Amino acid sequence: MDHVPALTMRGITKRFPGVLANDHIDLDLRPGEIHALLGENGAGKSTLMNILYGLIAPDEGEILLDGAPVQITGTSDAIAHGIGMVHQHFMLVPVLTVADNVILGAETMSGPVFVDRHEAGERIRSLAQQFGFDIDPNARVEGLPVGVQQRVEILKALYRDARILVLDEPTAVLTPQETEEIFEVLRRLAKEGHSIIFISHKLYEVLAIADRITVIRRGKVVGSRRPAETDEDELAEMMVGREVELVVDRGDSKPADVVLSVTDLWARDDRRQDALRGVSFDIRAGEILGIAGVAGNGQDELVEVLTGLRKPSRGSVTMAGRDITGHSVRSIVEAGLAFVPGDRQRFGLVLSFPLDDNLVLTSYYRAPFAKGLVRDEEAIREWAREAIKTYDIRTPSEIVPGSTLSGGNQQKAVVAREFSRDLKVLILDQPTRGLDVGSIEFIHRRIIQKRDEGTAVLLVSAELDEVLEVSDRIGVMYRGRIVEFLDGRTAKREEAGLLMATGGRAQAAQS
Amino acid sequence: MSRLRQLWDRARPVVAVPLGAVILGLVVAGVVALASSVFTPQGFDLLLPFKVYAGLFGGAFLGLDHITNTLVNATPLIVAGLAVGFGFKAGLFNIGADGQFLLGAVMAAGIGAMLATAPAIVAIPVALGAAAIAGALWGFIPGALKAWTGAHEVVTTIMLNFIGRSLVAYLVLNVFQAPGFSFARTGPLGNAELPTLGFLSPDLDRLNLGILIALLLVPAIWWLLFRSTLGFEIRTVGTNPDAARYAGMRPAVLTILTMSLSGLLAGVAGGLDILGATHFIPASYGTTVGFDSIAVALLGRSHPVGILLAGLLFGALRAGAGPMQLDAHIPVELVDVIQAVILLFLAADVIVRQLLRIRRAKSGLEPVEAATGSYGKQASL
Repeated sequence: MDHVPALTMRGITKRFPGVLANDHIDLDLRPGEIHALLGENGAGKSTLMNILYGLIAPDEGEILLDGAPVQITGTSDAIAHGIGMVHQHFMLVPVLTVADNVILGAETMSGPVFVDRHEAGERIRSLAQQFGFDIDPNARVEGLPVGVQQRVEILKALYRDARILVLDEPTAVLTPQETEEIFEVLRRLAKEGHSIIFISHKLYEVLAIADRITVIRRGKVVGSRRPAETDEDELAEMMVGREVELVVDRGDSKPADVVLSVTDLWARDDRRQDALRGVSFDIRAGEILGIAGVAGNGQDELVEVLTGLRKPSRGSVTMAGRDITGHSVRSIVEAGLAFVPGDRQRFGLVLSFPLDDNLVLTSYYRAPFAKGLVRDEEAIREWAREAIKTYDIRTPSEIVPGSTLSGGNQQKAVVAREFSRDLKVLILDQPTRGLDVGSIEFIHRRIIQKRDEGTAVLLVSAELDEVLEVSDRIGVMYRGRIVEFLDGRTAKREEAGLLMATGGRAQAAQS
Repeated sequence: MSRLRQLWDRARPVVAVPLGAVILGLVVAGVVALASSVFTPQGFDLLLPFKVYAGLFGGAFLGLDHITNTLVNATPLIVAGLAVGFGFKAGLFNIGADGQFLLGAVMAAGIGAMLATAPAIVAIPVALGAAAIAGALWGFIPGALKAWTGAHEVVTTIMLNFIGRSLVAYLVLNVFQAPGFSFARTGPLGNAELPTLGFLSPDLDRLNLGILIALLLVPAIWWLLFRSTLGFEIRTVGTNPDAARYAGMRPAVLTILTMSLSGLLAGVAGGLDILGATHFIPASYGTTVGFDSIAVALLGRSHPVGILLAGLLFGALRAGAGPMQLDAHIPVELVDVIQAVILLFLAADVIVRQLLRIRRAKSGLEPVEAATGSYGKQASL
């Protein structure tokens, strides 16, 4: 492989006020290679790729395509040079069709006014065929599953003749099956001569897909490895800079009395369809029940009903012997339930509020933070400083807006707030989504610590591995029911995955 | 000195755009005056903008009588501005300040006239209380409609403004009309008039208790918003309704409460205007305070202190308009131009930022976005 690299980035340096985001980064990408860029959140991966795509101007360094230096001063330059980017958050117009989205900004005109849709449709169809995409160009994007939307993004890049594709955390929003499918697509693209940069912080993924892995930490390249010559432990250490326990030792659980009891629970989703269809389970004190399942099988509704955000249509929820079915959020919280929501930016935090206000978002109304109508600013601030220390929240002070914190630190703030309440039941929805290995380790430790203190924990996660690693017991959810309970220590990944995908034998016999 | 500097560093991202908008508003008004001079008998006059500024400034601040005039004009603007800003904090765009202000005004005028011979200590609080209740009711209706049916408050408050104006006419013509006047109006207020400082100097004759009440309401509303749990709930609902629901707050209840309180403040503004300055209300009261207060709240960034300053500025413009017309021979309507241009620049803040090279604040919605961002969305209560 002594070809001229398709892309060389040499000595790329970018300073932001107070941070050296990229510190003389060298990176090369060979033709037909899948090159993974691995690093924690804030390591500088996105900055580097935004420089490549012309969104940010570097302070130093040069970019070479096929050995020739190029100037990329804007995204149109990048596109003209055959660089395509698939962002983590899709840049699609939901109400437009696949074809319209693909050609948007690169329309072929028939005459001065009208877009040549026919020509575009043909090209999209042939591209899709070439790379084995099963996409109807006339389908509206809003109705498509996330995995397919992502393929539309890739099509957009290919339609503009991209030879170098950058995918920013492409699997973050995908199910395991969709992930496998997108990997197939990437391999095929590479075989056809496209060069791919794959950004991720999921270790097993980069080991599975990449030809080469480059690890970045704090703006510097730590090293490059081939998958064959490394393993998850080494990569994690390179990423974090210290040894990391990828799987936190969960120890033995000592389940006591049943604290949370759910019986034949039914609930409708926002479209008034039955999303929960008779869910029953018990959780004992000192036990973690993990809920595995492909997203959209009723997990959101389950969590919302348990926390009082959604009214059940049937069934009952009992907490510590008290019926809390259909009670208000406030009264359920008062009864001893804490909840780490799945979308921390939408539910868990008010991003424009200072950190200290966010740390009392669910307890602002009670002592010691308030007496009647009067807030005690000093008590709030004091507790905030304490929480920042005990939960290792990295922030310049307790009065900066929540939006200035990194994702991991935002989540730590939510965890600090919810875990430090007087609680009997803890509900965790995707507690480590989008976090790096260091933060995941920290949060998993805290969850197990809470269990050992005698809290009943419900862990809902789209990451099957997380459920397998942390739970004492696992319930697999499928179409609004828990189809099977597995033992957390003996359950196999394949077994759980199959149940998630098919609902198991019982379900198959029914339908 | 360094403390001052720190304070400025903290305030700059919030203050820069409103300040820039005001400056640009004055500049544009100067240009308009200059351009208009071409068509006047005096002819083109390069110094005209400065005559305008001097006239405005002198008319607003030079002399006790002018300062009084500024404060009297500012009083209802400040209180009604607080009303609109309070709604903004909860993400509610209360365009109904106009109707709430008028209903407060008519109740204060009507009840005040009925109590003209009662002792002031009874007459004033009762008349002002009636104004507050009327305004609160006129705010409660759109609040409840939003909470219960999802009807957007921008639409319902605009409609309630029309109903409010008609209701005022009805009340003046059929309930509160006083005999012996050449047009339909309420009777003399007698003891219900707010006391003034007129006993000190005739120049202070119009300087009434209302400005003191307005000045006291500023810290009171600040405290309610930033130091009370209710204010925390209101601000949370206004910034992130999903997080508010998650935190166990009740957006529906808070919406009704906020709209009612906002209406109450607007009603009090109307009451202070009548009891302190106008002393009666005709069947058709051509005030623009209700709408100007929206501009005051926007210019003041919904912050009580900002609203105080914005209210004083708009009050000064109104007070300075007359003297400016005398000095510079420019019609008082130029003040409307200034106000309109300020508002325009606030809404199109990108222009101000580009012209004055101001960087965007890192967080927090602009009040305009916060208030209008919810428009058309289904309320998630």
